[in-house]
Formats: sequence, structure tokens, C-alpha cells
Amino acid sequence: MWPRRQALRALGASLALPALTPAFAQFRVEIKGTGATQIPIALGRFRDEDRQPQSISAIVRADLERSGVFRIVDAPAPADENGLPDYNTLRARGADAVVAGSASRLADGRIDVRFRLWDVVKGADQGGQSEPSLPVDLRLAAHHVSDQIYQKLTGERGIFSTRIAYVTKAPGKFTLRITDADGENIQPALIDNEPIISPSWSPDGSELAYVTFHDKKAKVVIRNVRQGSIREVASFRGSNSAPSFSPDGRTLAVTLSKDGGSHVYLMDRSGANVRRFTDSTGIDTEAKFSPDGASVYFVSDRGGGPQIYRQPVAGGAAQRVTFSGAYNISPALSPDGKLLAYISRGSGFKVMVMNLATGDAQAISDTNDDESPSFAPNSRYIIYATKANGRDVLMTSLTDGKGKATLIESGLDIREPVWGPYGR
Amino acid sequence: MIKNSGKMLLALASVAVVAGCASPVKLDKPVEVEKKDVQTTTTTTADTGKSTVATTDQSSKLNAPITLDRVIYFDFDSYAVKDEFRPIVEAHANLLKQNSSAKEVAEGHTDERGGSEYNLALGQKRAEAVVQQMKVLGVGDSQLEAVSYGKERPAVDGHDESAWAKNRRVELRSK
Repeated sequence: MWPRRQALRALGASLALPALTPAFAQFRVEIKGTGATQIPIALGRFRDEDRQPQSISAIVRADLERSGVFRIVDAPAPADENGLPDYNTLRARGADAVVAGSASRLADGRIDVRFRLWDVVKGADQGGQSEPSLPVDLRLAAHHVSDQIYQKLTGERGIFSTRIAYVTKAPGKFTLRITDADGENIQPALIDNEPIISPSWSPDGSELAYVTFHDKKAKVVIRNVRQGSIREVASFRGSNSAPSFSPDGRTLAVTLSKDGGSHVYLMDRSGANVRRFTDSTGIDTEAKFSPDGASVYFVSDRGGGPQIYRQPVAGGAAQRVTFSGAYNISPALSPDGKLLAYISRGSGFKVMVMNLATGDAQAISDTNDDESPSFAPNSRYIIYATKANGRDVLMTSLTDGKGKATLIESGLDIREPVWGPYGR
Repeated sequence: MIKNSGKMLLALASVAVVAGCASPVKLDKPVEVEKKDVQTTTTTTADTGKSTVATTDQSSKLNAPITLDRVIYFDFDSYAVKDEFRPIVEAHANLLKQNSSAKEVAEGHTDERGGSEYNLALGQKRAEAVVQQMKVLGVGDSQLEAVSYGKERPAVDGHDESAWAKNRRVELRSK
């Protein structure tokens, strides 16, 4: 099939990425690194896209370049998805694939985003799709095109249409924000002058649980992202924090201090049926379900300093997972269940990634103030908050630390990023 | 100092958004589907500068002089209430004992180093240490609540030990 696909897979997670100049937006992804094997692809302007509020081809181009998996080749593409590629010219320019499409306004006001992908090496139509979209959803339709191209050419699901939630802090003002995975289309979900921490997506992406201090103490709230409706699920005496959904979305793990100390409890997603999960005389917090739902990883200082433990949901003793270093917090599990990311304090605070099969862990950052690692749903990327050049930033990285990219926003503290699921 | 019980007024303004959702379909069989959209809900609070300084309520509740010290500082990585702050704990305990309907919140805080959730738990531990001392002094359990802001509400901006030392604290507030 695709001649470069095997090479790409062999390359695995060690892709290094080419320089990408930040362009038009204030909040923009910058990719650093040097070039490696990438799929050369030609991408035409989509017919009629100039008449629409968003340039579909520009969004797709940026997605593909940012992924590190593609190299855009300057070669002629068909006028739209119904055209025929000039295979000879495309081959002569070194393109292995070509994409064309259109963005036509329908009678009902929606815009039909269509595209088709061709295998230039084989000279074969690889199919396409049509997505009639409201004007407000044009960016999403473009990200869907990118996801399709990525999946057809790499065999893995793309994460271009996913979203990331995070919190910004300005003096006296905290904002829970949701951005597209490319750092564009940022929308505030909640603005408050009391702190907001620990956002956590429901598995279907429809809800965000988080901790609000609006009532002068930490309470756990679940918010419907589309409707803005709010359910208070944990407001017990003391502090209520660290919400995290089970993979089936039915159970919420939280940290409560209602019985003294800070311990992990499980509850139904409605907030009912609260039962204590961890049992120690110290601090237990930051619970995260394993992707199979069978275990909960959490932070505990039962052995002295904070370390990460794993405990079976069905019952059983907690097993210590981290042994190197005196301070390991903020566990995150890759959706494929293979990796554990966490923050370790040494000379600074650094993102670590542990291979759960071997227990081997390595630091993946070159910064010293890292916080809150979170995996992309395809388990290929990690996002975390850190400081670079004295400013707060969100950084993305391949899981081996290569291909770092920065989501920058000037003038605000940026924290608590959490990558949303597939399915938008 | 000043006790603040001013409750923020929250006005929720929901903006209706036309929603539909769509998933991609094959070119040869276009299907109309609904579309998703993020809805923005704006939380508007009352004017901060005017609404947050409400002192009379608090002091009358406590029947206490508004100059009563209410901040207890902690050493790095410590939850022990140092002897020098013992008089503050005792003064608040006495006030609560004199007025059994009065209530106080012990609000734990940490410095900025480390994760927000672990620091929340550390601040909780400091607050509970102060509450425990007050209970030992005879204050009723229902008069006290230990809560934590973790590292989210530093008293002092700054990234050195002098700032951190002022931020590792428990603040006693009337409820």
C-alpha cells in the first residue's frame, strides 16, 4: 500500500519535527526539532473555500505539518474532490499522496466540506467524505479531514478534532477554557474570581468535572460543556477535589476530607453512593482510573513523601508504583494502558514517563516547573503545563520527549491542561 | 484583622446556541446529521472591589475585636503549630467557647511549589492541625471546619523563601 507507512511505523514515537513558524494567531503551536522521515503530501486549496469564513485547506495543512508525520509538497492538486490527479507531475515533485476538496454553501446555509485522498504512488483513489457543517463548525470539519488523512496514511487515529481543557489565571480572575488541539478556537467555559483546578473530561467528552472554590471552599462540580448546566457532586465538610471519571463514565473518583485527612472515595457520576476507596493515615489524592477500569492509580504519602500507588477497584492492597525520587505526583495513564506519566521533584519538577511493563522511567522535558501531564487519546502525545523563558506555557511532546511543541498565551498564567477524548 | 463573609452573588447567563451534530460520511452516501458546539456560559460576579470588603457582619458574629490576629505560619513541609502562634489559636478558641453559635473556618495554604492537588491536601493537613488544637482547647466540633486553598491563594506574590514563608499559613475566618 503506502510505501512509507512501514517506515513511519518503524520510526515509532521517535519522530522529530520540522520547524514551523508561528503565524497568525496569538495562541499558536510551535514545533521544534529536526526533520526525519515524513509522508510527502500535496494539498490543494479547496474549491470555494475563499467564500467561507475559514480556509479549510489552511487548517488541514497546519494540522498535518504540526503532527510531524507529514511534509507538504508544492505540487498541483485537482480543483476539487471530483477532479483527477496529474500523477506524473505529482510523482515528479515527490508527492506520495494528494488531497483535494471543496467547501460549498448548501441551500440551508450549511457548508458542505468535501475531500478526497489519492495514493500517488499507486495511482489509486483512496476515498473521501462529505460533512455538511454549520459555519461555526467549519474548523471542526477541517480537523475531521485531517483526522481522515492521518488515519488513512498512518493507520492510527488522528487527534486533530480533539479538544484540550485548561485554566488561565489573571489577577483575581480564573478562566476554564477549551481549545481545539491546534491551540485555535479557544472558548471560555467558566470565568470566576475564585480558583478553578483539576478539570477532568468525561469519557464521551460531553462533560467536564472540576474543582471550584466559588463558595470559599473546594467543591467538585460537573459541567455539561455544550449546555453550560452544572451539577454539584461533592460538597462535603472540608475539601472536595481531584475528580476523575472511570472509563465507562459511571463512576467518579474524588478526594474528600470529610472524615479527616485527604482520602480517595468513589461515587456514582450523580454524586450518590459515596464509598471510601483508599485507607491510610496519610494523604491519598489525585486518583486516576487505569484504561481498563480495573485499577486506580493515586498519590499517597503513606510511605513518607508522596509516591504513586495502584489499587484494584474490586478490592485489594495498594501497590507502590514509583520508587525513584522522594516526590512523585500527578499520575496520568496513556489510553493504551502502556505508559504512566507523572511529575517528579528533583532539582526541579519534571514530567516523567514510565513504561508500565518494565517499570523504566525517563524525564521527557527540558524544563523545571512541569505540572499536570495528560495524554492525547491516541497515546502518542502528552500535554503538560510548565514555565519557559519565565512565562507559563502549555507544552505538547511525543511520549519519548521528542517533537516538543508549545501552546503559548502571553500575559496569563496557564495551568491544568487535560486532553479530551475522541468523538467530537 | 478583617473578617469577610460577603457572599459573592453569582449571576449565570446562559446563551442559547443552536446545536446540531455531524459526523463525516462517505462521499457516495451523504447523510445529514446534527452538529456540536461549545456553549459559553459566563459567570459574572459582583464588582470585586466593592463587594468583598464586608467586615461588620463578621465581627459582630464573632463578637471579637477586628484586630484579632488570625494567621498562623508554618515551616517548610511542616504541619506543626509553632509555640509562637499558640496565643492566636487560644484567642480564637476562647472566642468560640464564649459564643457557642459562632463558627470559624481554618483555611490552609501552601507555597507555590508542587502540584495543585497535593498542595491542596497539604493545606488541608495544616488546617486540620489547627482545628485539632482548638478542639483540644474545648471548642465544639460543629463550630469548626478545616478547608484548604492549597497553593491557589498566595498571601504574597513572589518566588523566593521570603514569599513562600508568608504563604505557608492557616487563616482563621469567621463563618
